Amino acid sequence: MRMLIVLLALLLNAPALAQSALPPAPYADRQIEDPALERKARTLMETIRCLTCQSQSIADSNASMAGDMRSQIRERIMAGEEPEHIRAWLIERYGDWVSYEPTADPILWPLWAAPLILLGLGLLLLRGRIRRRRRS
Amino acid sequence: MKKLLIWLPLALFLGFFGLFASGLLRPGDRIISSKLVGKPLPAFVLPAAASDRPPLQSGEFATGKPRLLNIFASWCVPCAAEAPQLLALKRAGVEIDAIAIRDARPDVDAFLNRYGNPYSRIGLDARSEVQIAMGSSGVPESFIIDGKGRIAYQHVGDIREDDVPMILDRLRNAQ
Repeated sequence: MRMLIVLLALLLNAPALAQSALPPAPYADRQIEDPALERKARTLMETIRCLTCQSQSIADSNASMAGDMRSQIRERIMAGEEPEHIRAWLIERYGDWVSYEPTADPILWPLWAAPLILLGLGLLLLRGRIRRRRRS
Repeated sequence: MKKLLIWLPLALFLGFFGLFASGLLRPGDRIISSKLVGKPLPAFVLPAAASDRPPLQSGEFATGKPRLLNIFASWCVPCAAEAPQLLALKRAGVEIDAIAIRDARPDVDAFLNRYGNPYSRIGLDARSEVQIAMGSSGVPESFIIDGKGRIAYQHVGDIREDDVPMILDRLRNAQ
């Protein structure tokens, strides 16, 4: 019986082998010693989309490629590169898709305008109500 | 005006229902294609990934003849499924180079022993650096590099049997 459980546990382990057997890159799961730089790297990593698990950021993902990207970002920030420069470099390769930060592209103008339009509609509605109350 | 407004919630409901239904029935494209297609291959120098094949660097591509650059890994199952198609391309006279992602030399050697070796040169990209620089998002992927060293085409996923004629065609057009 015990043997069976051990065998079952081994079988359940199999999917983990579908990823690379190599250890993670040096800075994949290790913070930068300087907290200010680590904060910079962390903020960037939280807005970069993982290519393997497409609805997670690379900061949240356990995919080996996300680990490699984290390590690369930390190393480049330690070398003095600006986070926005790294983001632009990634967008050059993967398109806007890779960044969670909305851009000022014309296709996103309705998104930026929506709060203003909704606020305007609310004010119009409010004015109508106040006028009607005054009249009655 | 009031009479029309009464129908607004129903109209909104139907609108959203249609939106969700279309999303469920026709899930979006999950393929992320490289934005570097049509641009020069990024510069890289990689160490050898296999014992009996030379290493790979980007300078070796602008030879006037198109080459296929295959991104693979010994731990990747679809890469094994793709191996017969790569061997068929090799037999058809295609020069194939490869980059092994997050791999180790003994594993690559064992993989090539088992599934065949269609590659002229194999570089080892232990930390996916060249893969990310090329805008590749997984394994396997294949890039056609034209004679001037530019990326002419990216094939995401394994090359199936019925993709082979299309790949040969694109290689012919990528002089």
